[in-house]
Amino acid sequence: MAEVLVLVDHIDGSVRKTTSELLTIARRLGEPSAVYIGDGFDTARESLAKFGAEKAYRVESPEVLDHLVVPQAEVLAQLVADTAPAAVLIPASTEGKEVAARLAIKTGSGLITDAVDVQAGEGGGVMTTTQSVFAGSYTVVATVTKGTPIVAVKPNSATPEEAAGAVADEVVDYSPSDAAKGARITESKPKVASGRPELTEAAIVVSGGRGTAGDFAPIEAFADALGAAVGASRAAVDAGWYPHASQVGQTGKQVSPQLYVAAGISGAIQHRAGMQTSKTIVAVNKDNEAPIFELVDFGVVGDLFTVLPQATEAVTTAKG
Amino acid sequence: MNIVVCVKHVPDAQGERTFNASDNTVDRENVDGLLSELDEYAVEAALTLVEAGEGEVTIVTVGPDAAADAIKKSLQMGAHKGVHVNDEAIHGSDAIATSLVLAETIKKLSAETAPDLVITGMASTDGAMGVVPAMLAERLGLPAITYASELSVDGGTARIRRDGDVSTQTIEASLPALVSVTDQINEPRYPSFKGIMAAKKKPVEQWALADLGVDPAQVGLDAAWSKVESFAARPPRTAGEIVVDEGDGGTKLASFLASRKFI
Ligand SMILES: Cc1cc2nc3c(=O)[nH]c(=O)nc-3n(C[C@H](O)[C@H](O)[C@H](O)COP(=O)(O)OP(=O)(O)OC[C@H]3O[C@@H](n4cnc5c(N)ncnc54)[C@H](O)[C@@H]3O)c2cc1C
Ligand SMILES: Nc1ncnc2c1ncn2[C@@H]1O[C@H](COP(=O)(O)O)[C@@H](O)[C@H]1O
Repeated sequence: MAEVLVLVDHIDGSVRKTTSELLTIARRLGEPSAVYIGDGFDTARESLAKFGAEKAYRVESPEVLDHLVVPQAEVLAQLVADTAPAAVLIPASTEGKEVAARLAIKTGSGLITDAVDVQAGEGGGVMTTTQSVFAGSYTVVATVTKGTPIVAVKPNSATPEEAAGAVADEVVDYSPSDAAKGARITESKPKVASGRPELTEAAIVVSGGRGTAGDFAPIEAFADALGAAVGASRAAVDAGWYPHASQVGQTGKQVSPQLYVAAGISGAIQHRAGMQTSKTIVAVNKDNEAPIFELVDFGVVGDLFTVLPQATEAVTTAKG
Repeated sequence: MNIVVCVKHVPDAQGERTFNASDNTVDRENVDGLLSELDEYAVEAALTLVEAGEGEVTIVTVGPDAAADAIKKSLQMGAHKGVHVNDEAIHGSDAIATSLVLAETIKKLSAETAPDLVITGMASTDGAMGVVPAMLAERLGLPAITYASELSVDGGTARIRRDGDVSTQTIEASLPALVSVTDQINEPRYPSFKGIMAAKKKPVEQWALADLGVDPAQVGLDAAWSKVESFAARPPRTAGEIVVDEGDGGTKLASFLASRKFI
C-alpha cells in the first residue's frame, strides 16, 4: 500500500488534535507516514502511534522553524520525490496552506485547500475531496488530476479513530536552501495561554461580539461551564476587547465545532464565513431581526447579560 | 520604492454567488463584482509606503473584462498605473495557473523596473484559498513575509509583525520581497473626487497570454491540476426554534443544550 504523508502539527512535541484527524483520514487512503519537523519527537511518538502512523520522517535541524514555511515545503518535496506517496495531508491552518501551496508548485501537483472530507476512490480509483465554499452556502466535490494530491484539511473534518501504528522513525537528511532562508523570524513574543481549548479544535465555541460592550465575563463563564473555547467577532476584536487570535470569520479563524454559540453578534457575512459549517448553532441577541437568527438551531431573543448567566447556572447545576 | 500590488476582482459577497452549471466554474459574469475588500488593504499599504518616499504603485489583475473595475478603483485610491491580464484562455484557471500568469506579468514588468516589493491581500474573498501569495513567491524566487499586521521598510529590509496563535512575531526579509497583508494593517482610504478624476488619465496596459509568452495550454479549465466534479447548494438549514426571553431564556437555552446532549 502506498504511503500517505501527514505533516504533523505540534508545539514542541505536543501534537494537536488535527494530526490525529489527518492520520485517521490517511488510513482510508493508504499507509500513514508522519512528517515531524522540530524538537520534541519523543513526546510526540506516543500520540502518533496511537492513531496509526506506521512511519515517521523526522527533521531536527533547529533553524528549520526560524524560516517560516519554505523549509517545511522543501522537506515534503524531498519526501514526495523519495516515497511517491498516494497523497500529502496538511492541516489547513494559514501556515499549512502556504506549505501546501509551495509544495504544489515544487512537485507539479494539484492542490485542494480547506477540505472538510477526503474519501478514497472506489476500488482504488481517484480520491475525492469535499469543500464548503462561499461562506458555507455550497458544497463542492473535487479531485486532483495531476501529480500527487496535496490536500489541506480543515480541523474537525474527521473523528479521530485509534489504531496502533509502528512509528518506525527515520531521520531525514535535510538542510534549508538559501532561498528558504530569505525570510527570518527575528523576534517572537509568546502569548499568554488562556487555558481553554484551542479555537479551531474545540468541540464547543462560545463567541461574543459588539453586544458584549467590552465585557466578556458572561461569555467566558458560559464557555467555561461548557468546557468551550472563546471566540469573538471582528467588531469585538477591533475594539480591543479580545485578542485577534480569537476572531472568528473570513479574516479570523474558520471553526466547525459541534456547537457554536454567538452572543451579541449580528451575523454579518464575514462572520458567517467562519462558523457556518458548525453542526449546531445557537444565538443570543436582543434584536429579533439579527441575521444570525437565520442560521440558528436555537435562538434566544434577549439580553446576553441576563440570558447567559442564567444558562451558565443551569449548565453548572446540571453538570453537578 | 516601486511596488506591484496584485488585486482580484470578485463577486460581491453580499449578493448571490454561484457556479456555472456548464463547467463548474465560479460565475463571474452574471453577478456584481468588485475589488476584493481584502486587496484594498494591500493597495493602501503600498500607497502609504510610496507616499512616504518616492516611486510608483503598479496594480496587476488577472481576470475577465469586468476585472478592469478592480484596477480602476485602485487607481482612484492613488495607484499610478495598471496592468490588466485578460485572455479567453484564462477562464477556469486554478490558483496554480493564476500564480503562473501573475508571475510572468511581474517578470515582464521587472524587465523595465524591478519592483522592490510585491504586495498581495491575505486571501481572495471568493476562492478564499490564501495560496496565491505563497505560489507567487515560490515562482518568483522572492522571500515571502505573509499575514502582515504591520509593515515597514527600512533600508533594504522589509519588516512585518504577524499575530500568530501562540506568539506575536517580527519577521524580516531583504528586498525584493513579497508581502501579504491582513485586514489589521490599516484603514483603506476611500477614493477622493480628485482621485476619481485623476484615475481617468492613468495608464492601464492590456496584456494577453501571448504578451507574456505563456502557452494557453498551461492555463484555464483544462489545464487545472484539480477539478470540481460537482457542486451543490447546501440544504437550507431547517428553521430553528426561536424563543423570546421572558425571564427564562437562559433556562430554555440550557434545556435545548441538554436535549442535544451538550450537557
Ligand atoms: C474585509 C472584511 C473582513 C471581515 N472579517 C470579519 C471576520 O473575520 N469576522 C467577523 O466577525 N467580522 C468580520 N468583518 C466584519 C463584519 O462585517 C461585521 O462588521 C462584524 O462581524 C460585526 O460584529 P458584531 O456582530 O459583533 O457587531 P454588530 O454587527 O454591531 O452586532 C452586534 C449585535 O449585538 C446585539 N446586541 C447588542 N447588545 C446586546 C445585548 N446586551 N444582548 C444581546 N445582544 C446584544 C445587537 O442586536 C447586534 O445584533 C469583516 C469585514 C470586512 C470588511
Ligand atoms: N486573479 C488575480 N489577479 C490578481 N491578483 C490575484 C488574483 N488572484 C489572487 N490574487 C492575489 O492573491 C491574493 C490571495 O488570493 P487567493 O490565494 O486566491 O486567496 C489576493 O488577495 C490577491 O492579492
